Amino acid sequence: MRVAANLLIGLLFGIGLVLSGMSNPAKVLNFLDLTGSWDPSLLLVMAGAVLVAFVGFRLVLSRQRPVMEPVFRLPSKAGLDRQLLMGASVFGVGWGLSGLCPGPAFTALGLGSPGILAFVGCMMLGIWTARRLRDSGSSVVEA
Amino acid sequence: MTEFTPLASLFGGALIGLSAVLLLALEGRLAGVSGIAGRLVSPDRTGAPLSAFAFLVGLVAAPFLAVALTGQSVVQVVSSNLPLMALAGLLVGFGAAYGGGCTSGHGVCGIARLSRRSLVATAIFMTTAIVTVFISRHAIGG
Repeated sequence: MRVAANLLIGLLFGIGLVLSGMSNPAKVLNFLDLTGSWDPSLLLVMAGAVLVAFVGFRLVLSRQRPVMEPVFRLPSKAGLDRQLLMGASVFGVGWGLSGLCPGPAFTALGLGSPGILAFVGCMMLGIWTARRLRDSGSSVVEA
Repeated sequence: MTEFTPLASLFGGALIGLSAVLLLALEGRLAGVSGIAGRLVSPDRTGAPLSAFAFLVGLVAAPFLAVALTGQSVVQVVSSNLPLMALAGLLVGFGAAYGGGCTSGHGVCGIARLSRRSLVATAIFMTTAIVTVFISRHAIGG
């Protein structure tokens, strides 16, 4: 049941990426290219997603608990730290080099091209490495 | 060159937001894709790796479903420069996991929660990405 729900929610997320055009790295790179062939579409994707999530999260979090789990697992950190600043900076460089972030990378995996396979393989290696380097013993929940 | 698609992008974005709301309502988790992918390689089993895997399978299957539903092909232009893609993948994966989130976790879910950490992270990765594209496309000339 939980697995089926996750599959359907992932499908919906992916359909959103495809319809919004964000599954295409060329479109993302053009958003980032302010002084060249600028395509502002990504701003509207974020606006639509944040608006729905802003309202929806409030409705959901007014409930005692999620449907399939005993508690909500939300990030507990509040302050800024070196890891956040460094991680976000590094992430942006990789995003700018490829036009791919994790969600669109998975939607492009079905292409099966050597480029996307190399990207996703190295991305998983990067995630694995970072999770081992991060402060251990903390109850950090990923955003 | 890609076309500005305001309506499709707004609607697609709303679906992404809806997906995030559903995941929070059912599982009590935020829909950050780097975090979900991280649960696959996490040493402890509290991350429900099978659920995480199912979500990612949904992402991979989405373009195929979109083609079946709309009859239109999905355009995805991915670079074939292998060293570049390997380096970019490494930076994206490491940076997202080290910084606690990516475009979906910080950029959508975090901003929707008005998290200061996510607002700062999003501002930073937007900036470094824009600078990277400027250098690779205009300063070096790609």
